[in-house]
Amino acid sequence: MAKIKGAVVVDNEVCKGCGLCVEACPEEVLALNREMNSRGYHYSYMENPDACIGCSNCGVVCPDACITVYRVKI
Amino acid sequence: MMEIKDILKPENLVYGKSKVLTDTIMHYCPGCTHGVIHKILAELIEEMGIQEKAVGVAPVGCAVFAYNYIDVDWQEAAHGRAPALATGIVRLNPDKFVFTYQGDGDLASIGAGEIIHACNRGENILVIFINNGIYGMTGGQMAPTTLENMVTSTTPFGRDVEMNGYPLKMTDLVAQLPGTSYVTRQSAQTPAAVRKCKRALKKGIQNVLDKKGTSFIEVVSTCNSGWKMTPVQANKWMEDHMFPYYPLGDMKDCEKEKPVEKN
Ligand code: SF4
Ligand code: SF4
Repeated sequence: MAKIKGAVVVDNEVCKGCGLCVEACPEEVLALNREMNSRGYHYSYMENPDACIGCSNCGVVCPDACITVYRVKI
Repeated sequence: MMEIKDILKPENLVYGKSKVLTDTIMHYCPGCTHGVIHKILAELIEEMGIQEKAVGVAPVGCAVFAYNYIDVDWQEAAHGRAPALATGIVRLNPDKFVFTYQGDGDLASIGAGEIIHACNRGENILVIFINNGIYGMTGGQMAPTTLENMVTSTTPFGRDVEMNGYPLKMTDLVAQLPGTSYVTRQSAQTPAAVRKCKRALKKGIQNVLDKKGTSFIEVVSTCNSGWKMTPVQANKWMEDHMFPYYPLGDMKDCEKEKPVEKN
């Protein structure tokens, strides 16, 4: 059976740590990092990358357009 | 097991930043609805191939710097006067796609006269109306759209309608005017809402390209810093408090009803 696998890249310096992508992800992939970027924001990252299905929900809600989403069928 | 680096390849790209958005980091607070609407507007301008045709009119308010973020031609209007400026632009350049981008402090208060008359004349423009019920840029003061009993920096005990009047439903008002062709109220707090709002914006843009008169799209929005909440809490508060008074949905769609004759 074909499986879908996704991955996202967050532009750490542009992210403002608003948490909307964390809330929007149906697979609980994302979390806010304990580390901060140079502007003092706890940027979003893939805490649980294996669960990502590449649905783009995180990218769609991000106000700062800092998420790029990739998806493959395997 | 597939490695992440094997997924991150250009051929697997499914979602990314539109080329019509500039690389300038937006000045908006974290989680602000303005960013989402800028982004989907830029995506549509790119997808519909109208970057060269588009002329935006920026307001006074938080979105005053919209011209730094969306890479199209812009003019900056005096407070509330965006529809008047857009009227001039579109009458002189009828084949341009002209839109205004305004907040509730700009459109519903000082600019109430301009917007009513532009809509009544059926100017061929798209109006994007961001309604977060507050003056965000100046520190969260009461706006005409502030809900009854809503606490703001100038109504610390909540808006008193005996003293301040009732929250103004601009979208309901302009839907009554024969010059408007498409009038809708949307939101952008969830992936589904953003996708729906994008479809509404696309229809509004198409209406302008088809010269159908004024399209008016309200986006019920949050001002999490002005409301003193986290972005996630503000979205929830908006669903619980704003949506009952400002219900979502199309109010007028002239493709379904009889077309409005322009002017
Ligand atoms: S693409 Fe979908 S599953 Fe993957 S992180 Fe984003 S929201 Fe979560
Ligand atoms: S929605 Fe965007 S800005 Fe907000 S935390 Fe996620 S990546 Fe960062």
